[in-house]
Amino acid sequence: MIKKFPLNRKQRTLVKIIISIIFLVTVILGGVLLDEDKIVTNLSERNSAPSLEHLFGTDWLGRDMFTRTVMGLSLSIGVGLIGAIGSASIALLLGMAAATMGKMADRIISWVIDLFLSVPHLVTLILIAFTLGGGFKGIVIGLTLTHWPSLARVIRAEVMQIRSAEFVQVSQKMGKSRWWIAVHHILPHIVPQLLIGFMLLFPHVILHEAAVTFLGLGLSPHEPAIGIILSESMKYLSSGMWWLAFFPGLCLLIVVRTFDQIGENLRVLMDPTRNHD
Amino acid sequence: MSILEVENLSVSFKSYTDGFKEINHKVISSLSVALEAGEILAVVGASGSGKSLLAHAILGILPSNASISGSIKYKDEELTAARLATLRGKELALVPQSVNFLDPLMRVGSQVRTAANGGDAVSAQRKVFERYHLGKEVENMYPFQLSGGMARRTLLSTAMVSGAKVIIADEPTPGLDPVVIKEALSNFREFADNGCAVMLITHDIESALQIADKIAVFYAGTTVEIASVKDFVGKGEAIRHPYTKALWRALPQNEFIPIPGSQPHPSSLPSGCLFAPRCEMATPECEQAQPEMRELRDGMVRCIHAT
Amino acid sequence: MKSVRMVTLLVAICLISFLLVKNSPIDPIQAYIGADMLKVGPEQREKIAEYWGLDEPVIVQFFNWGSAVLAGDLGTSMIYRQPVIEVIGERFFNSLALMLSAWLLSGVVGFVMGVVAAMKKGTWIDRIIKWYCFTLASTPTFWMGLLVLMVFAVWLGWFPIGMGVPAGVLAEDVTLMDRIQHLILPVLTLSILGVANVALHTRQKLIDVMASDYVLFARARGEKGFVLFWRHGLRNVALPAITLQFAAFSELFGGAVLAEQVFSYPGLGQATVEAGLRGDVPLLLGLVIFSTIFVFVGNLLADLSYRVLDPRTREVRK
Repeated sequence: MIKKFPLNRKQRTLVKIIISIIFLVTVILGGVLLDEDKIVTNLSERNSAPSLEHLFGTDWLGRDMFTRTVMGLSLSIGVGLIGAIGSASIALLLGMAAATMGKMADRIISWVIDLFLSVPHLVTLILIAFTLGGGFKGIVIGLTLTHWPSLARVIRAEVMQIRSAEFVQVSQKMGKSRWWIAVHHILPHIVPQLLIGFMLLFPHVILHEAAVTFLGLGLSPHEPAIGIILSESMKYLSSGMWWLAFFPGLCLLIVVRTFDQIGENLRVLMDPTRNHD
Repeated sequence: MSILEVENLSVSFKSYTDGFKEINHKVISSLSVALEAGEILAVVGASGSGKSLLAHAILGILPSNASISGSIKYKDEELTAARLATLRGKELALVPQSVNFLDPLMRVGSQVRTAANGGDAVSAQRKVFERYHLGKEVENMYPFQLSGGMARRTLLSTAMVSGAKVIIADEPTPGLDPVVIKEALSNFREFADNGCAVMLITHDIESALQIADKIAVFYAGTTVEIASVKDFVGKGEAIRHPYTKALWRALPQNEFIPIPGSQPHPSSLPSGCLFAPRCEMATPECEQAQPEMRELRDGMVRCIHAT
Repeated sequence: MKSVRMVTLLVAICLISFLLVKNSPIDPIQAYIGADMLKVGPEQREKIAEYWGLDEPVIVQFFNWGSAVLAGDLGTSMIYRQPVIEVIGERFFNSLALMLSAWLLSGVVGFVMGVVAAMKKGTWIDRIIKWYCFTLASTPTFWMGLLVLMVFAVWLGWFPIGMGVPAGVLAEDVTLMDRIQHLILPVLTLSILGVANVALHTRQKLIDVMASDYVLFARARGEKGFVLFWRHGLRNVALPAITLQFAAFSELFGGAVLAEQVFSYPGLGQATVEAGLRGDVPLLLGLVIFSTIFVFVGNLLADLSYRVLDPRTREVRK
């Protein structure tokens, strides 16, 4: 192979991550900074197919679909961020608790995990959205409450493993407190796992948000969410306005895939032994 | 005439350190052994010295990240990949180390039958089982139900049923009780006496001495001595290489002196004689270059000081 | 032991769901009466509340509801004006047809894809399959549904746009062909997405199996290619794949909810969304319980398949 890029695997992986992050930041900023004028009703330009002026076409009110899509993605990433942070926090807390607070706590937490895995996620989300009357609050709480179990299991296993490691045993014998051990030994070791887990949670959170919003139980129809855009597009499908659904969904797919890639690349970076494939 | 001849064999592995740096590990280097019909050759070496890879290299079943050089001849003809594909399992057979080499979800009888070449596989398998005192119920068992001795005999059966001319047995004795070991070894002897050849790869020099005709001593990926079993007597005066002597002396019935130090890792091999860092006889000369294998008193040795 | 756990989980789920829906800001009486709300006076309201037992403390309501559930009475759906159990039963049949077909199709296709990818590991076909699976895992189900709908129903015109049965046809005139025709697109959507999980899992598992000692030994015995896969690969990867498929009932249900919504397919998923949107508390609770049991059955089947198919657990019990 010709050595075009004098980069080793580690550096290549880093470059991939950085490019992905730049892309996502651009989308977020785009959503915030884009000209709101483009999505005011403009009946003279409605229902136009994609063109150079309107890359993704316009809708039945003449709004620019590209602008709406970017805004929707930005909103999705925001909601996903809150949900993923919430979920990861619960996972960290319960995972650590299960691993360190004795058999009883472990059993209870594993029961709670089973509880959350027993009902299909989407049904739980609908139930929670229903209880909280839908909207932003309902969807964020629902997303937070449904995505932590798998990561909690990972963290529990990781903590268990570190706890039995020699250096922790030594610290224990030296009379260090539980807190000291948790902060000095355990946390530093699970931060990489937590970060990877968090990045891999993200795509699921975003997809579920879009799904619940699409079903009409998530963000309100006044928000420029991707789920709303797609559910509105259904009415216009039979009239052949394919661009209403095609581009926003494709962009959502790309954003979700990008998050997934960042997570996978982080895993390669931090845990190279598992990457023999 | 040798039935199987390995000459100047080297095997190396590509791997990544820290997951990112590519490194070539040489696990076997310039190894030469020859196997005669009707003979048992024991390749003896410490655990983790890459002995199993020798077996895998001969049978051409090394993983894809391994590269191999040197020559392997079977019946005086180069064993190319294409030729190996026709001989593997027919003329050359492997007797692996443990029950893990049997498919956990397949009844052992069927597994032995898949090794049979032509003819009535079922009756061939039953005949071999009978010969090795494996009851009729065994053929319907799954590997996890076998005892250590039964597993060993089952693995041996796969080789027997194939009608191979050369058997390469990889660590056939560990974890077995002495009676079973004796039985397993005598099975190999019987096989060799019928005109076939056996390469016995083992770390157990004691059992090897009981049945082998020749001993090849394996150290850090290469052979350091090839000697007749008859040389292993008394204080080991007839033995050529210092490592072999040390191994002989380390046996409980002899002086029971362990060898200080440990084998070098394939990633940090010494530049000169591989054994020099642990050798009592080592001189500055030993560190200059790796000694060649040379003939000495009807045997072979890889040591400049050996007499 | 396992059944005890399931019972405690089920009871807890019932209680939590009940408390959740009771705290909903949606007024159940208004939800029941709907647009006629203005015509209902406060007295009538109270009567309805009393009829539904809404004036009692929540915990009493829970026990009333719970004992009714145990007796097989899930209440009456407010939107369908029909016992919940009948609504679920009727729609379960539709959903089952959808989920079972998608489950089988995605299982078989995914398994084959995983096997091909693993056997051709590192080649372009492996890369394509991997890329496809990772991309699918990031694809919104409902968007895939919309795409399928656009291509096959709108653009090519091969299939009707939505509805479980043709509109304007009496129930008894609906033929099996009609039903199947309305089933194909949702099944296709769920299957396109469903293969990813099985395929990736099977690929990894088969790669591990091919690197195992027993495959090494089989190769030493001269086995190779398809024979090697057939004798040793298949039996060792099929079991985990089957188990995985059973354990994925939860995602299957979630996928069905979305697909049914896109294709207006009258199944459980659509009923769940309707119940959530229109505040049909008895139906929503019934569906939560039902979907939980559905997931449990999946897990149970996964366990069972291991016990029946894996000789290591089967023969020990003998």
